[in-house]
Amino acid sequence: MDNRPLSPHLTVYKPQITSVLSILHRITGAGLAVSTVLVVFWLASLAMGEVTFKDFNTFLNNPLIIVVLVSSLWALWYHFCTGLRHLYWDIGYGYNLKSVAISGWAAVVCSFLLTFLTLLFLIS
Amino acid sequence: MVELRLPKNSRVTEGITWEKPSDAENVQEVRIYRYNPEDSENPRLDTFFVDLDKCGPMILDALIKIKNEIDPTLTFRRSCREGICGSCSMNIGGVNTLACLKGMKEFKGPINIYPLPHLPVIKDLVPDLNQFYKQHASIKPWLETFTDEPNEEWLQSEEDRKELDGLYECVMCACCSTSCPSYWWNGDKYLGPAALLHAYRWIIDSRDQDRKARLDDLNDSFKLYRCHTIMNCAKACPKGLNPAKAIAEIKKLQLQNS
Repeated sequence: MDNRPLSPHLTVYKPQITSVLSILHRITGAGLAVSTVLVVFWLASLAMGEVTFKDFNTFLNNPLIIVVLVSSLWALWYHFCTGLRHLYWDIGYGYNLKSVAISGWAAVVCSFLLTFLTLLFLIS
Repeated sequence: MVELRLPKNSRVTEGITWEKPSDAENVQEVRIYRYNPEDSENPRLDTFFVDLDKCGPMILDALIKIKNEIDPTLTFRRSCREGICGSCSMNIGGVNTLACLKGMKEFKGPINIYPLPHLPVIKDLVPDLNQFYKQHASIKPWLETFTDEPNEEWLQSEEDRKELDGLYECVMCACCSTSCPSYWWNGDKYLGPAALLHAYRWIIDSRDQDRKARLDDLNDSFKLYRCHTIMNCAKACPKGLNPAKAIAEIKKLQLQNS
């Protein structure tokens, strides 16, 4: 009886808008904790004087790091939008499946829109 | 704990492809998870072909037809064939639902059928639901009263009765709990959507006199708060109920209770 197999779960369950957005909320949250360290290093380099700050800025301009920074920006907005959704749920609203789908897609669209607007603001 | 890979003895291997009906025009391919406790083999995925012109419209009709005509050893639970008993819950086309309520025409291409996810399998599509039932029993699914019993029955106003709508209809099929990733990883300690929906059903019953103890018992970082509002439960429920909403109401009541 101890030999009973465990039925398949993650690999057979069809991705649901509900669970996909939920796990992304977690992943972006964890990712942001890492990006925050980068920001702290950036501030620390500023405190260490002009030379270090300039060196660190050269490092930040590395295309790979720019990709990391832009995805962190998106992660921040995504986590913010789905975070608002969680607060709305916590006060007891938005639980019917239609609302869940609407608020979910709205969070996704807004996260990209806000990322784009922030980049536009930073570049101009 | 989160374990993405299945244990070695649980990995699904390729199974038997059963013969196609020779004279059929309208054939549906159905792939079914098979596990036989009497041999030492891993579970496998068998392929069957069902003649839709000689079969009822639902997934359960196809399963019964396969058992009757192709492989009599195919094992699954079923009883009422109309969504009342909750026996034929399984993972169909990637989503938990009742085989009797799911039409074959809703699918394009082959239909994959697995037992309810992340449970020990007894045989084929029959999982072990003991833990699920124990969790249901742990929330005391009955009226707790301390005052003297009335001469006839415990009465309730029509308004108070309405509070139970959307809760009492649960048939304990376990589709919700076994669709919940949080229940997959912490099913031993987290009660899961079904048991919590039932807990709420008794908490808000106007005739129940043990609300505080019920809430105190649930006020636990695992039992209740492993719900992260993922909402797969509400998406899966074949009765259209919303366990996530019921859990949220319990969380709100916890604030008033403390």
